[in-house]
Amino acid sequence: MKSFHNTRRKVVNVVMLSLTGVCTLIAAGTLVFILSYLFIHGVRSLNWEFLTKLPTPVGETGGGMANAIIGSAKLLFLAMVVGIPIGFLGGVYLAEFAGTTTSFVLRYTTDLLNGVPSIVIGIFAYTLIVLPQHHFSTFAGGVALGIMMIPIAVRSSAEFLRAVPGSLREGAMALGASKTKALLTVVIPAAKNGIMTGILLNLARVAGETAPLLFTSFSNRYWSPGWDQPTAALPVMIFTYAVAPYDDWHQQAWSAGFVLLALVLAVNITARLILSKRGPVAH
Amino acid sequence: MRTNTALRNLDMPMAGYDKPESRAACKISATNLNFYYGSFQALHGISIDVYANRVTAFIGPSGCGKSTFLRTLNRMNETVRSSRLEGKVRLDGEDIHELEVSEVRRRVGMVFQKSNPFPKSIFENVAYGPRVNGYGSKSALRDTVEQSLRRAALWEEVKGKLHDSAYSLSGGQQQRLCIARALAVDPEVLLLDEPCSALDPIATAKIEDLIFRLKDSCTIVIVTHNMQQAARVADYTGFFLLGRLIEFDSTTSIFKAPARKETEDYVTGRFG
Repeated sequence: MKSFHNTRRKVVNVVMLSLTGVCTLIAAGTLVFILSYLFIHGVRSLNWEFLTKLPTPVGETGGGMANAIIGSAKLLFLAMVVGIPIGFLGGVYLAEFAGTTTSFVLRYTTDLLNGVPSIVIGIFAYTLIVLPQHHFSTFAGGVALGIMMIPIAVRSSAEFLRAVPGSLREGAMALGASKTKALLTVVIPAAKNGIMTGILLNLARVAGETAPLLFTSFSNRYWSPGWDQPTAALPVMIFTYAVAPYDDWHQQAWSAGFVLLALVLAVNITARLILSKRGPVAH
Repeated sequence: MRTNTALRNLDMPMAGYDKPESRAACKISATNLNFYYGSFQALHGISIDVYANRVTAFIGPSGCGKSTFLRTLNRMNETVRSSRLEGKVRLDGEDIHELEVSEVRRRVGMVFQKSNPFPKSIFENVAYGPRVNGYGSKSALRDTVEQSLRRAALWEEVKGKLHDSAYSLSGGQQQRLCIARALAVDPEVLLLDEPCSALDPIATAKIEDLIFRLKDSCTIVIVTHNMQQAARVADYTGFFLLGRLIEFDSTTSIFKAPARKETEDYVTGRFG
């Protein structure tokens, strides 16, 4: 009887252990698979021309996506201009001034906003900016991406501010600093690296968004003539090129995917580096 | 109430006098202080006179209200949500609740149990108080920083690395840095909330030595768990129990001839 129980226990143990192990492998393996696949296909047609030239007309080979790379940079810049001040100041309010009820409502609404599908955010920016203007614009795309940044920016800023030990606030206030002064001169500087990291990771997240751009910045085969004109962006180019019926376009879509991934990875690594230099605040 | 009586009956250098002119020697006086965290009453009718240029220690078991009382003296308890204070605290005869809170905190400095240097350089830590209170030119600021570090007996150890992070210092040095930071605004009173509880004996000895030298220029109030420390550094000692000030007297009397049974039990180690 006893040995039966022991055997049963051992079998269950082996089965469960393998099951969890396999699932972990699938989770990590997916990333490795995507990265290596993208690397193999992306590097093949990645060259200087791809990074510096405009797309060529259909039928002509060669050309690049310089306009989409610059377009993505412009969109992300606008997203930061919109998302960071709102997100950061909202986070300051949430962490420092909100009462229990306000805090609950704020957390709840930011969670909801975070859960809104990105295409809906795109439609929102479309209604808000594109419709009144009667044309697509870089500006509208930047606003859409900025709105997508807000919920995470609020929450991550608030978390890093809360992680600053209360003893630092007390120390500042015991020297005659007001609550606001303590916040500006001690608490925010202490949380600065964490907040910046949160924002960079957030930026990396929206860099790959395609859906909100389809209705807003649209696309452009040429250099975008201005902030209030449509622009190409890497994610939209990937979409357009991947579904087109030309082999060399598929190749370029792979390359664009690789460039986008490399940029996101670079931002991610920078963010981790900043965070690791966060210093002794959290000890 | 009874503490005042006890205080007046004993032959302490100053406590025996009740004439107006001797009141100048009283730096802080608390009258009938009650303090509540929500509905919990943490302090019960505390009345005490803290004498100028003396070291006053508060001892008592954990949770007896000694730190809470200390924090009412510079209005730090106001930062606690849903707390309430009754009674009066006077600084040089002025009600501290009628003064600007920043003025109170500038005049009554505080050093905390766990050293809490800001994540800035050593120089910036000490310069923080003068900057916040908005005085001093750049060169005056440098002088203030040097003087404060000297007063805190830290100057010789840090003079070559003023712009290093404060976190590069050892625990004992960090606590002396916090004392220097508090001294930089030239406080009249310095409140020390168990300043040595996280330090080794050598660092503790340095701080005690410092307290001894600082009392010429400051009135010092120290909360400590360590009775030997109170005996070593304090001129006066108050014993707190369950939110009440049981006895307040010269340190010698408290340790050698306590008037109350509770005090005797505590200082002889029978409980607490």
